[in-house]
Amino acid sequence: MYTETTHDDAHGAHEEHDHHGPAKGIMRWVTTTNHKDIGTLYLWLSFIMLLFGGSMAMVIRLELFQPGLQFVEPQFFNQMTTMHGLVMVFGAIMPAFVGLANWLVPMMIGAPDMALPRLNNWSFWILPFAFSMLASTMFMEGGAPAFGWTFYAPLSTTFAPDSTDFFIFAVHLMGISSVMGSINIIATILNMRAPGMTLMKMPLFVWTWLITAYLLIAVMPVLAGAVTMMLTDRHFGTSFFDAAGGGDPVMFQHVFWFFGHPEVYIMILPAFGIISAIVPTFARKPLFGYSSMVYATASIAILSFMVWAHHMFTVGMPVAGELYFMYATILISVPTGVKVFNWVSTMWKGSMTFETPMLFALGFIIMFTIGGFSGLMLGVAPVDTQYHDTYFVVAHFHYVLVTGALYSIIAAFYYWVPKWTGHMYNETLGKIHFWWSTIAVNVLFFPQHFLGLSGMPRRIPDYSLQFAEFNMISSIGGFAFGLAQVFFLYIVIKTIKGGKKATDRVWEGATGLEFEQLPSPPPYHSFTQAPPIR
Amino acid sequence: MALGVLASLLATPVAQAEYHLNMTRSVTPLGHELYGLHMLVFWICVAIGVVVFGAMAWSIIHHRKSKGAEAANFHESTTVEIVWTIVPLLILIGIAIPATGTLLELEDAKTDADLTLEVTGIQWKWKYNYVDEDISFISSLAQSSRDVVKDPTGNEHYLREVDQPVVLPINKKIRFLFHSQDVIHAWWVPDLAVKQDSIPGYINDSWALIEKPGTYRGQCAELCGKDHGFMPIVVEAVTEADFEKWLASKKSEAAAAAASAEQEWSMQDLLAKGETVYQANCSACHQASGAGIPGAFPALTGSPVATGDPAEHINTVMNGRAGTAMAAFKSQLNDVDLAAVITYERNALGNSVGDTVQPSDIKNAR
Repeated sequence: MYTETTHDDAHGAHEEHDHHGPAKGIMRWVTTTNHKDIGTLYLWLSFIMLLFGGSMAMVIRLELFQPGLQFVEPQFFNQMTTMHGLVMVFGAIMPAFVGLANWLVPMMIGAPDMALPRLNNWSFWILPFAFSMLASTMFMEGGAPAFGWTFYAPLSTTFAPDSTDFFIFAVHLMGISSVMGSINIIATILNMRAPGMTLMKMPLFVWTWLITAYLLIAVMPVLAGAVTMMLTDRHFGTSFFDAAGGGDPVMFQHVFWFFGHPEVYIMILPAFGIISAIVPTFARKPLFGYSSMVYATASIAILSFMVWAHHMFTVGMPVAGELYFMYATILISVPTGVKVFNWVSTMWKGSMTFETPMLFALGFIIMFTIGGFSGLMLGVAPVDTQYHDTYFVVAHFHYVLVTGALYSIIAAFYYWVPKWTGHMYNETLGKIHFWWSTIAVNVLFFPQHFLGLSGMPRRIPDYSLQFAEFNMISSIGGFAFGLAQVFFLYIVIKTIKGGKKATDRVWEGATGLEFEQLPSPPPYHSFTQAPPIR
Repeated sequence: MALGVLASLLATPVAQAEYHLNMTRSVTPLGHELYGLHMLVFWICVAIGVVVFGAMAWSIIHHRKSKGAEAANFHESTTVEIVWTIVPLLILIGIAIPATGTLLELEDAKTDADLTLEVTGIQWKWKYNYVDEDISFISSLAQSSRDVVKDPTGNEHYLREVDQPVVLPINKKIRFLFHSQDVIHAWWVPDLAVKQDSIPGYINDSWALIEKPGTYRGQCAELCGKDHGFMPIVVEAVTEADFEKWLASKKSEAAAAAASAEQEWSMQDLLAKGETVYQANCSACHQASGAGIPGAFPALTGSPVATGDPAEHINTVMNGRAGTAMAAFKSQLNDVDLAAVITYERNALGNSVGDTVQPSDIKNAR
């Protein structure tokens, strides 16, 4: 659609910029339709939610520091685990990836902005209201939802506090926001690519987000359906999940995990895209197996719809169902393995340097793979009956979500922030942040494998004495990791405020339109004319 | 100051119990198989890890710019892509074959079962019913754990001890049937390698053949509300002869209880008994003082039910309140316990109605 404009028109970019800069003051952020502004808003929301969800994790680790109930009541502890999970999944990880997509997708495909800028504004501004509503439940009579982020019925229906209705509404809003954001990303990628930017030339971050957006559109309505059925069960006399009325509590789990399992990949596929951008840059060597990376991403996405009941090996499924879900689940390790092998081959015989983004990317590859190993173990159905609902599971999903998804987001920040702001971050502080976080996060989560294997269930506010040592170690790691992210906040603010001037290329080995075709920082409206594609 | 607290905590170990790194080695044949499978997959992961991380480490050490490494330019090879798709697939088949066998065995609870134990999850205790023996009782967290929640130092089995353990014979195939009266629970005893959800509206099964006598401890594994962490399981595995003796003693206990239900009870005896029953069954929600938790669980002190018509009070306790967390205690408690706890609620916790409810009133209401 941009074929009429030619890229020889060299003076185009800065002219517009004179009479079309951002509005002044707060209204710039409220009314903005600019992909860079909206990306920034998403990233800040995500950071605030990370600290909010993180402070709840601190309460959890404080109570679990030693046996006995010292600080909070069991009901409040359950509110903390529930809200921590919801806030981190929907508030920290997902908006961070949407923020990165907003900043990067148009710049990576040579588009001037997102395809649907007003929708973009709306999909962001729904979220602060959704999370305020969710957070407000903590101050209501009866307290916040306390049934875990998986909100299994009937604990979340008949036995739930009144505030659950606010939780349901908040989840609806988050779902609407995600679906709108996804529509926007798909429309942008399919329609706004610069001439010559064929699908198989797109950076992997764009590819992984395209596939993620389809996953979101497919499963967010399923989540909306689940919470709507909860709502009608609670107030309008239906019995979808109430056995006494002829309903089925296990069906809730099937519906939830039909959303929940693809959701897991929604939180990791964009991370794969980020790592696939960073590793080649610092190995100074092109990504190994680009097309196999695309196919592996697509295979993971398709498989993600067919494995949901591996979260339910103890609900008493027919044995044929358990066998099928076991086979399908362990099969996912094949395309995931392909990705890891490709990254390692990209490094092989490269010329590597280890700036902060590369450190976080290497940390991602190693620790995400450890999470993948425990995932393979969990996929083996007969043994999963012993791992299920223990700290082994908690360790597993924190390895893939914290040292996986979150590490990729932090890596992306260090990698692209010089481009966004025109300022280099302080390399020494970045390296301190990496080593501090990495040591702390392993002290935090590695002992949880031992706790789970030796018999500690998840979501308990207090435990028997045999679990005391590792819980104390884990808590110490937790406090250190939490503090490291406050340090990260300092680095972020310091980098935005100033720092060494970044070059346009930023990194010696960087490739891609955003590094090769745009200055650092890029103009408010970039690529008003389509860039040349090699 | 915080450092000082930390140092003192580390210096005086709070735990007496031994910690473990690996999966519990259970005392059932199936448990041995699960352990073997767990270790098989674990070592496969270790082997893959050594290869992948080894290659990464080699690359990080040798292929770095500071050592003058020049970047090669290879970036594609269909052959290696096919190899590292096929080889993991073969490894997975190697895992799937033994896993399938074990799973089929694990799921076969019916064949040749010698004894059936029905397990009902109730917020926050377990009810056990020996189906062929007409013995049933409720097992909940022991008072010795409840008393020390602020500082459990020294209680070796803190949160893993119960008032009445479930007793099972060794060398018999025991079939468990699981269901729930309220929310979803999960019965988990690592030593028996049994973990199964108990779900309202469903009956799930599982099995164990215990090889040696002993006390085996576990707890609820599925979040089931406020006191999910306070819902332990204790299994006493005994020889068959001891099991028969235990059955006989349980039956005579039941007979004595039935006889006492025929008598008229005094207010004093009802209140004493009622307090025990209240603390074990009601205080988790309505609180030890009867004050409840505003917005979640109503207060009993001054409540219209606990101070009004005894018939309505009996009905509420026996049949529960549909659509709320208030459970039906009809099948959980016997006539004496129900009479005692209702009398207690009417004449303690700040209430003083002055009437007694007798076991015979409960019997008539059943």
